[in-house]
Amino acid sequence: MNKQKVKLVLADGSEYSGYSFGYFCSTAGEAVFNTAMNGYPESLTDPSYRGQILIATFPLVGNYGVPEGITEGNLHRFWESDRVQISGLVVSVYNEDFSHWNAAKSLGDWLAEYRIPAIAGIDTRALTRKIREKGSMLAKILALNDVEWHDPNSENLVAQVTVVQKEIYGNGEYRVVLVDCGVKNNIIRCLTQRNTTVVRVPYDYDYTDEDYDGLFISNGPGNPKMNTATIAVLQKAMKSNRPIMGICLGNQLLALASGADTYKLPFGHRSHNQPVILKGTNRCFITSQNHGFAIDSSTLSDDWDVLFENANDGTCEGIRHKSKPIFAVQFHPEASGGPNDTEFLFDEFLQLMVKHKQINK
Amino acid sequence: MNSKYHKVLVLGSGALKIGEAGEFDYSGSQALKALREEGVKSILINPNIATVQTSWGVADRVYFLPVTPYFVERVVEKERPDGIFLSFGGQTALNCGIELFKTGFLAKHNVQVLGTPVETIINTEDRELFARQLSQINVSTPRSQSARCLDDALQAAEKIGFPLIVRSAFTLGGQGSGFCSNAEELRELSINAFSYSPQILVEESLWGWKEVEYEVVRDRFDNCITVCNMENLDPLGIHTGESIVVAPSQTLTNAEYHKLRSLSIKIIRHLGIIGECNVQFALDPKSEDYRVIEVNARLSRSSALASKATGYPLAFIAAKLGLGYGLHQLKNPVTAITTACFEPAMDYIVVKIPRWDLNKFSGVSHEIGSSMKSVGEIMAIGRSFEEAIQKGLRMVGQGMHGLVANTKLNFPNLEEALVHPTDMRIFAIAEALELGWTVEKVHELTNIDRWFLGRMQGIITLEKKLMQVASVEMLDRETLLEVKQFGFSDFQLARLIYNPGPDDIETRQQVVRYHRIQLGIVPVAKQIDTLAAEYPSETDYLYLTYHGIENDTSPNQSNRTIVVLGSGAYRIGSSVEFDWCTVSAAGKIRKLGYRAVMINFNPETVSTDYDMCDKLYFDELTFERVMDIIELEKPIGVMVSMGGQIPNNLAMRLHNAGVKVLGTSPESIDRAEDRQKFSEMLDMLHIDQPRWKQLSTLEEVERFVDEVGFPVLIRPSYVLSGSAMNVVSNADELRHYLVLAANVSKTHPVVVSEFIEGAKEIEFDAVANNGEVMFDAISEHIEFAGVHSGDATLVFPPQKLYFETIRRIRKIARAIAKELMITGPFNMQLLALNNEVKVIECNLRASRSFPFVSKVLGFNFVEAATEYMLGRTPGYLPPSMFELDHVGIKASQFSFSRLSKADPVLGVEMASTGEVGCLGTDFDDALLKSMLSVGYRVPQKSILVSSGPLRSKLALVEPLRLIERCGITIYATRCTAKFLAENDVNTIPVAWPDEDSQPSSIELIGSKQVELVINIPKNLSREELNNDYDIRRATVDYNIPLITDARLAAAFLMAICNKNINTLDLRSWDEFFETKQ
Repeated sequence: MNKQKVKLVLADGSEYSGYSFGYFCSTAGEAVFNTAMNGYPESLTDPSYRGQILIATFPLVGNYGVPEGITEGNLHRFWESDRVQISGLVVSVYNEDFSHWNAAKSLGDWLAEYRIPAIAGIDTRALTRKIREKGSMLAKILALNDVEWHDPNSENLVAQVTVVQKEIYGNGEYRVVLVDCGVKNNIIRCLTQRNTTVVRVPYDYDYTDEDYDGLFISNGPGNPKMNTATIAVLQKAMKSNRPIMGICLGNQLLALASGADTYKLPFGHRSHNQPVILKGTNRCFITSQNHGFAIDSSTLSDDWDVLFENANDGTCEGIRHKSKPIFAVQFHPEASGGPNDTEFLFDEFLQLMVKHKQINK
Repeated sequence: MNSKYHKVLVLGSGALKIGEAGEFDYSGSQALKALREEGVKSILINPNIATVQTSWGVADRVYFLPVTPYFVERVVEKERPDGIFLSFGGQTALNCGIELFKTGFLAKHNVQVLGTPVETIINTEDRELFARQLSQINVSTPRSQSARCLDDALQAAEKIGFPLIVRSAFTLGGQGSGFCSNAEELRELSINAFSYSPQILVEESLWGWKEVEYEVVRDRFDNCITVCNMENLDPLGIHTGESIVVAPSQTLTNAEYHKLRSLSIKIIRHLGIIGECNVQFALDPKSEDYRVIEVNARLSRSSALASKATGYPLAFIAAKLGLGYGLHQLKNPVTAITTACFEPAMDYIVVKIPRWDLNKFSGVSHEIGSSMKSVGEIMAIGRSFEEAIQKGLRMVGQGMHGLVANTKLNFPNLEEALVHPTDMRIFAIAEALELGWTVEKVHELTNIDRWFLGRMQGIITLEKKLMQVASVEMLDRETLLEVKQFGFSDFQLARLIYNPGPDDIETRQQVVRYHRIQLGIVPVAKQIDTLAAEYPSETDYLYLTYHGIENDTSPNQSNRTIVVLGSGAYRIGSSVEFDWCTVSAAGKIRKLGYRAVMINFNPETVSTDYDMCDKLYFDELTFERVMDIIELEKPIGVMVSMGGQIPNNLAMRLHNAGVKVLGTSPESIDRAEDRQKFSEMLDMLHIDQPRWKQLSTLEEVERFVDEVGFPVLIRPSYVLSGSAMNVVSNADELRHYLVLAANVSKTHPVVVSEFIEGAKEIEFDAVANNGEVMFDAISEHIEFAGVHSGDATLVFPPQKLYFETIRRIRKIARAIAKELMITGPFNMQLLALNNEVKVIECNLRASRSFPFVSKVLGFNFVEAATEYMLGRTPGYLPPSMFELDHVGIKASQFSFSRLSKADPVLGVEMASTGEVGCLGTDFDDALLKSMLSVGYRVPQKSILVSSGPLRSKLALVEPLRLIERCGITIYATRCTAKFLAENDVNTIPVAWPDEDSQPSSIELIGSKQVELVINIPKNLSREELNNDYDIRRATVDYNIPLITDARLAAAFLMAICNKNINTLDLRSWDEFFETKQ
């Protein structure tokens, strides 16, 4: 393999030289690290990574290639959206050959297809330690030409990843309006598997006049406070008594809509091994996470309880309305990638809809 | 949390054996540590005296007793514990616990089984119950059906589908088993199988499927985590203990990883495990189809590996869960700030490779498969598979330098070597790839995933590139770095670039090293922190890699750092005893206010627990790597004398590199290690030794043998793998051996030694300071001299040594210690015949028997030696061995039953895999307990004897007479029967295996009519050994105790006549010292 040299430059001025794979070009974005040990096709297509240069702490990436982008009922079967979402990828070791029955191409070829540059040969542990200490920072992968720094959190990323127009999935009894702020496909799969019809709407769509049994606010990239339109519609929707569930960005948007505040974590949670405690119980769950912002639980109004709490740093991992059927979690019960130990939360959501529908018959 | 338990009994696993080794010292030690932290009084039963868990300050009370229901019951009655841990002592503890549970003993005595309930354990142990349990929750296990006739078999095949495995029930060694892929083959196979057994098992074949394991933890609140998943490089069909294993899995997608993870959790919940459990899966390499192969509801070899691989202390946490904690209530001890309820994220890859010692056994097949034969393992850590596998293959030892650049192995049939795996298969793969076989072809022959083969292919490509290079200076920085990232050692580089001779390799290696360091290519130390750097970690659990630009650790400036070199892979001749030595030394170093830095790579050890030292480098013990670490740590000294032969062999090279070796000088070590130099020194000191010579022609050898007489011991100077030591008893054999086996020549000389029969062999352990012996321990072998000291049964203090012999031994020791200016531990093996004492060997390091004599004396030899080596004086000295009111006996554990076809006879090559040591009021008491601990049983009705040479016959007459009086029937082979009749001992004569008459010895064994077999070969010549091989092998195969030495047999028979099992001394270790008047 003919190795082309590229370098990774961080906002603090440090430089790391490595080899190019994927698309040979320069890019800029926010450098974040993820400590998952597999699941790169899922991560790379997760819209929440929009604008970010992803550092994989696990040193070997690409071993099992990438599955074909097969579409099944309007959804990619193996991907979390219909494209690679990251701006760049940083790994320690990359091998072009791969091995898996379900693989269609190599990670490098796939990235090249989407014109995403990647750099290998980097001490990703050293980078991670730096980000852990100094916080997430802007970064560039430089091939031939230099590019401007680019802070994805300063722009409306959600607008870039949301669906253009309303789309319908499944044919179940319960109708769920899914506000797409950059939804992962597996959320839709988890919902449609549970006797629902999912009405996926753009992030700024006013669905309050739609007929629905439950409202779902999806995950998505960037600073939650950028999504003023989504928050405004949500505030209207929260006045009704219909069940609402949120995930990740959806969790933050619900908090903001309720009047609480959010803040940027120093380097976020991006991994498959985050423990969360169901408040007031002895139950602790291992969750998949990908977020840079969090709810400041001290700003929650009296109507809300903290539902889950991170067992390591005590950050808010979910909220619940004290009287209405509204709850949201910061982590990803839909997993993909990561553990699916909290997938039961979708069942809870369904139960809330069942109950609501019975009462309002 | 205040534990509701006050006193908890922990069952250990006894002696190390194949399939149950050092990992249980690690898990037991962790459990005891957890109990101590909770303020719960701990009682340990484990006869394995060389373990760390039976050392001072680990358990509150230790019983060196067999882990069998009888002894555990007595200890429970005496100690009245309120809880018992069964899951930290392997299968031994589990089986014992199940029996105690089934008889209702535990319930009767209000002893609560902590952690996983026994019912759950029983459900996982019984294959049928297990399959039923899992089918209740729709979890798949391999489909199988039993058949009693051909039609049954064909019907089963229809239901299950081809390919299939046919196994015949109730046969030994897999007779009548096989693989079939269509009805015709099945027909043929079944007919054959039915000729062995009335019932056969038709099972779906998962041959070639991936084998994946998960380590799962659950607490009483139903919180579940999987700590680690592991992928076997060798596909299903090879026991996981025999497989190369990587962690985390490398070829599984997210969907596969989490499907199996979720299944593991579903299983652990359904079974109701509290603590730790291991789930083994077969995964179809062409779909997401899977089968659950096995669940181990206890700590296991895999869980020890997972602990070391991730840093997550599984056994410690499992013990806390058993006491009632929830996972979320415990801290992750590595970070000390995050919760224990999480799943470790690794940012490196580990490779586990088994260590086999098959060359030590005669007759054993080198093929590996569904039963375990390996005796140890290593774990290599890297940031690429290439780096880790090459490191790992060096760690395994046996003369390999990595995947490539080894001495040519020359597989006669390479394809065969790939299809039918042996302990050398990985090197067959390397050879195939070197020959240009494609990854695809190798994959088809081995079923090993292409990804792994692709990585090996990359190593081969670089190898070929290096062979084209004329000098290391021609490699630019980038290429050299890449080569190092692919795990090549400086040695491999030197060999591939320069192809030097044995005299030149050292210099060439130095050239490579120098050039590399000039280019700034040095490895960096990375932390294992369980969270991939997401949180800071205070724990210095480290490995070295070339995939990095910065160190996670900074050298300590205190000038108080001591590096302790560990013992490497457990193997025959070096195992847990050296781990005990290094752990004791590190502990003492810290107590004295120094910083202890440990280097070791054996995942089955306590020394690789990151909290046993200030810094742990889980890395190679090669000169190159040790120097890398020394350059990082800048220690004031290195300790090479505690970890056995591996570190000892590094002494001179470290010394030459300017490293301060603590204790005895490396020049002295060399004088003891070098046969010629040592012999000359003995001559100079007028110390006697068995006559020996290094010779290079047949004529020279014959002349020497004329001088010393048969038998002689012959060691070839160069052996490819393993050692081929042999005892030769006559001229024919001598000629045969020298010409065919040793190929004696100028370039391949042999060492011939006089072999003294009928002598006593003595083990001498001591600690010296500045050439003066400070204290010693003298133990005697029960067996006749000639049984390897690692296999012999040792008595300490000696019971049958002349005072004069002891005086002479000490005189010799003083002279040697003075001449070599010994400071620190040393050990000698000696022969004594009528007070004539000869020195066989001298090692200027701690020996296998150090933990044994230390614990019998109640004084830690290693700690005291450490003090001297650091220039200090211990506060007190041990009592004289003459003042002890008890006797210690160390007995060996053999694993012949695991090694099908191996000849279970003891000889000059060590064969035991482990040992125990028991204390007793007298010789018989200690002997009986130690022999019961290694699996002997007291015969009640009948025994079979063939008594060998005259001196053995004489040694056995009296004991057999007594045994007969005890009412035990003696079956004896013809000559033995005749001899005994002449001496008024009644026996029933039996036929040899090759004779037709009745009763036949083999039938007596096969029908288990005899409960002990004593089979003494006349001598150790091949011909003689072949004679009654069938008797010995059948004895082992039918699980009947076997003794092949007359003195040990006599001692055992006397002991069972003199003692009743009910009268054995049940005192704990500390009580033996308290009750002294």
